[in-house]
Amino acid sequence: MTRRHAALGFLGLALVVYPFVDRNNSHVDFLANAGAFILLALGLNIVVGFAGLLDLGYAAFFAIGSYSYAMLASQQFGIHVPFWLMLLIAPVVAALFGLLLGAPTLRLRGDYLAIVTLGFGEIVPQTFLNLSQYTNGPNGISSLDQPSLFGHAFGFSATPYYYVLLGLIALGILAARNLQNSRLGRAWMAIREDELAARHMGINTTATKLAAFALGASFSGLAGVVYAAKLDLVSPDEFGFNVSVLVLSMLVLGGMGNIWGVIVGSFVLSFINSFLLPQSTSLAHAAGFVNVDFTNYRFMLYGVILVTMMLFRPEGLIPSRQRAAEFHEAILDPALAAQEQSEYEGVAR
Amino acid sequence: MALLEVDGLDAFYGRIRALEGVSLRVAQGEIVALIGANGAGKTTTLRAISGLMRAAKGHIVFDGHDIGRLGPAEIVRRGIGHSPEGRRVFARMTVRENLELGAFTRTSGAEFAEDFERVLAIFPRLRERLTQKSGTLSGGEQQMLAMARALMSRPRLLMLDEPSLGLSPILVQTIFRVIREINERGTTVLLIEQNARQALGIATRGYVLEVGKIAFEDTAANLMASEAVRAAYLGGGAA
Repeated sequence: MTRRHAALGFLGLALVVYPFVDRNNSHVDFLANAGAFILLALGLNIVVGFAGLLDLGYAAFFAIGSYSYAMLASQQFGIHVPFWLMLLIAPVVAALFGLLLGAPTLRLRGDYLAIVTLGFGEIVPQTFLNLSQYTNGPNGISSLDQPSLFGHAFGFSATPYYYVLLGLIALGILAARNLQNSRLGRAWMAIREDELAARHMGINTTATKLAAFALGASFSGLAGVVYAAKLDLVSPDEFGFNVSVLVLSMLVLGGMGNIWGVIVGSFVLSFINSFLLPQSTSLAHAAGFVNVDFTNYRFMLYGVILVTMMLFRPEGLIPSRQRAAEFHEAILDPALAAQEQSEYEGVAR
Repeated sequence: MALLEVDGLDAFYGRIRALEGVSLRVAQGEIVALIGANGAGKTTTLRAISGLMRAAKGHIVFDGHDIGRLGPAEIVRRGIGHSPEGRRVFARMTVRENLELGAFTRTSGAEFAEDFERVLAIFPRLRERLTQKSGTLSGGEQQMLAMARALMSRPRLLMLDEPSLGLSPILVQTIFRVIREINERGTTVLLIEQNARQALGIATRGYVLEVGKIAFEDTAANLMASEAVRAAYLGGGAA
């Protein structure tokens, strides 16, 4: 039992008892929402952090997860698949859409890949908006089925969702860690570093990339189900480009490719977004400044954070080893550089 | 029956023809050199053999099986290792991690350990640098790593694309000595080189590619002696 394990155990225990200590439902509600975003960030981290495939439309999979719950567990079609079963179905559905997005992008790299994923991120919410006979268009789908456990409905308290998310995040961390250390994880790292060299090693880059898209998407399928059930509503405007950018910013802030990094990054941004800004706005109102609304400065603040990070710590708060090397590799041994130079000159002669 | 038989290969980049009816064979235990000027199609030939690009026409038979329609992953698995043009080591990974990725197609841990030791015996310099980021290695060491990495798939045929490129004359000597050693330990080698003299010096046989076609093929000794080859590729004796 190392100190690291002890610290993790303590953190886990603290999170489990937290709702018993803090009876303020709005705090637990905030944590549950933050939890959904942590799941999203863990999923996007597989695609962007592990495999190096820049995805600017990740919110699309969140939408697909949410809408699968809304359509399969509500009065909308009179279908009532249980919440717990949906936690198995929705990730599979999202993963299939991950393959659907992945397939046409396999030959694309960098900027071009990002543009296609951006398009996908726009198409999906638009589709839900325009298929109004199935989705009620802009009104969205409401009155979703209440999850229940052993006959006890979740009700309007955030606490049961908090625990579901806590469990899913724990599983998500385990899954992400095992994936990272697996053969597949090494293949992701290789294609991120140099795709052509990876092919020389006998890595099937097609299957490897598709696996990243599918597995990454499955996390947001899970997040979508819990988020939709908790909110009791899905509507197409919840899944816009700003959500994709928010999740990506969480990765950049925390440290792409590092599981603990992206968790910290997503918690910090959620905290600013849903807690710090609204709370300080209320404080300002209480102090008599009735016209201020700090929540309007949300995106400006993200911008400032991202620019600051890029200038001072581009590898993120808790970087992965590879990323750290990537941003600091200019510090080469001068003796080696000289040797390199003389080797090239040797050829010129 | 040769280990590798390439017959009538045509390949295109878009509408530009890169290879025209290229045929060559490599027998078990040989070192075969494929020489030619820049843009003659040497790299394209290797890329077609290892499945990184698909030939428009022709057959590639390895160990009695047609591999012309297989993907690169399956071809590595069947025993063709390919050390790419420009080395392409994974610069931000350590030497050890590079070697582990070289063994990606292999699943047995025991065999991995065995190959690891075998490869480090050939390249003792790499053993000293196992935990070092490969991007910080010198050019010669990176070339050794690229070759070692390709050997980690335990290939029966090792294809080397310009292993001497960008290296000092002393390092070039070392690299060619190592290629011979690899061959003596039982790996068949197909070698691409612009450094024709050195390549033919260690090869059994050679092929000369000129604008996508095989212009000459012969034993290495005969090619070295040939007036036409000397004039075009060996610096006309002035080297």
